[in-house]
Amino acid sequence: MSNKIWNPERECMRRADLEALQLAELKDLVDYCDRNVPFYHKRLQEAGVTADKIKCLSDIQYIPYTTKQDLRDNYPFGLFSVPKKDLVRIHASSGTTGNPTVVGYTREDLDNWSEQVARIVTAAGATDETVVQICFGYGMFTGALGLHYGLERIGATVVPTSSGNTEKQLKFMRDFETDAVVATPSYCLYLAEAAHELADKFPMEQYKLSLGLLGSEGCTPEMRTQIEERWGNGFFVTDNYGMSELNGPGMSGECRCRNGMHICEDHFLCEIIDAASGQVLDKGATGELVVTNLTKRAIPMLRYRTKDITNINYEPCACGRTTARMHKIIGRSDDMLKIRGVNVFPSQVESALIGIDQISPHYQLVVRREGFADTLEVRVEMIDGSLLEKYGELEALQRRIHHAIKTILGIEIKVSLVEPKTIERFTGKAKRVIDLRNQ
Amino acid sequence: MFIKQISIFIENKAGRLAEITAMLAAEGIDIRALSISDTTDFGILRLIVNDPPKAEKLLRDKGLTFSITNVIAVGLPDRPGGLAEVMQALAGSGISVEYMYAFLTPQQRRRACIIMRVEDTEKTLQVLQQARVETLREEEVYSL
Repeated sequence: MSNKIWNPERECMRRADLEALQLAELKDLVDYCDRNVPFYHKRLQEAGVTADKIKCLSDIQYIPYTTKQDLRDNYPFGLFSVPKKDLVRIHASSGTTGNPTVVGYTREDLDNWSEQVARIVTAAGATDETVVQICFGYGMFTGALGLHYGLERIGATVVPTSSGNTEKQLKFMRDFETDAVVATPSYCLYLAEAAHELADKFPMEQYKLSLGLLGSEGCTPEMRTQIEERWGNGFFVTDNYGMSELNGPGMSGECRCRNGMHICEDHFLCEIIDAASGQVLDKGATGELVVTNLTKRAIPMLRYRTKDITNINYEPCACGRTTARMHKIIGRSDDMLKIRGVNVFPSQVESALIGIDQISPHYQLVVRREGFADTLEVRVEMIDGSLLEKYGELEALQRRIHHAIKTILGIEIKVSLVEPKTIERFTGKAKRVIDLRNQ
Repeated sequence: MFIKQISIFIENKAGRLAEITAMLAAEGIDIRALSISDTTDFGILRLIVNDPPKAEKLLRDKGLTFSITNVIAVGLPDRPGGLAEVMQALAGSGISVEYMYAFLTPQQRRRACIIMRVEDTEKTLQVLQQARVETLREEEVYSL
């Protein structure tokens, strides 16, 4: 696999040079927002911030945060800085709880976005020799087209299969000798499961996959190992990160060292804050990621609250890049479940479950309120027929899962063994939690 | 001398048993004997059917969690003490029974049939033979 660096000039900068560049970009951006977006003009004026008052990077703290709610309140184009004529693309995210989040791109924005994606897919090991299948739904989401353009930029051969139609996906993988796949972790695992089910007709050796560019939902180290083992043959999974408000995928991604996701820091200025108080935390601390998209123009983002919990490591990496690396997303500040006062992230349950071979990798959390107490039920699929001879073995499995999860979460749970394929499969973001407390 | 028994993992929810039995019926699979044990959450359905390979293929295609195991079928005259004698013979040889279930055969010569699952099937067969207990052959049970 390739250890190439797409843009060494930007990805291996000296820290001081990078920060000087970020400061210049930040001042430009603040000035641009002030002049072109009435929403920001008002916010900045209220906060008493102008571009010339920003003397160092930490002065960013005087700029108010921007939230997803701000995008919804200004639906569809209230935060845009340019007339529609200057837009060359519009994307939108699902609006399950209100207005969709609409974002736009100038030609320069698309160019920057492709550059960012080109860096992260190169870091993951893709090259102009790579045949890559994109299994994200194209639709209005940024995932598929973002990776698509970035991969085309590096000269890879892009196969836009989109999501679903698993047998066709597998057929193309075999017939095109596809090297890399862009998918959610759960769909990548599902594809592997499906490939194994068809192995009588099409042996696993017919697949040449060596790289997974997985994203759009979290992937624990345990799940990654499982995906790699299911595909076998040296399949290598990398994680990447982004969101439509910040162009899309491409903000950061793992290199072959897989020790955090390298941030395109000349484009994205990141901070970590305490989600509850909004206080900026020290470097290295774990908290909510806040991002300023320094180079975005169509819909600029000043201090956007991602709601994702992570931490950032500023040490240079063994791969040669000097850009900071963000830890895998630990949880969502708003997806976080509070059960009997304890913070619970679905990813914690997932890491407890993986390694237990008698169950499938699919699970579901059901939260209920019984009387005045919250209860958490963890539903897992029992797939090992050999346990059916003795009740004791099934009960032992149940106890083992119970113990593994309880040890991590620190709260009482109920484990339910359910039949295979009764937990819903997802081709997009997995919905692992059913919260029935307010019903 | 072994009989193939199918054990199926089922969730304890309304209608699930109806679905599984309907599935078997649709394939023309006849149930010879069955037993269900359950906890509040899940159960294990154990079946002796007329065509185990067909049932196995069906269950695999449907993606259910199941297993096939060898069990022993013992034929007994239907009279008081019949079972006790068999159990004594097994106990005397240190054989313990994991589980068993019984049904009466419909033939004119009325007798009971006991399906039993033991750790050491070979040894059990020897003990039963020495005790002159009748064990049923596969074809006999499947075609009852």
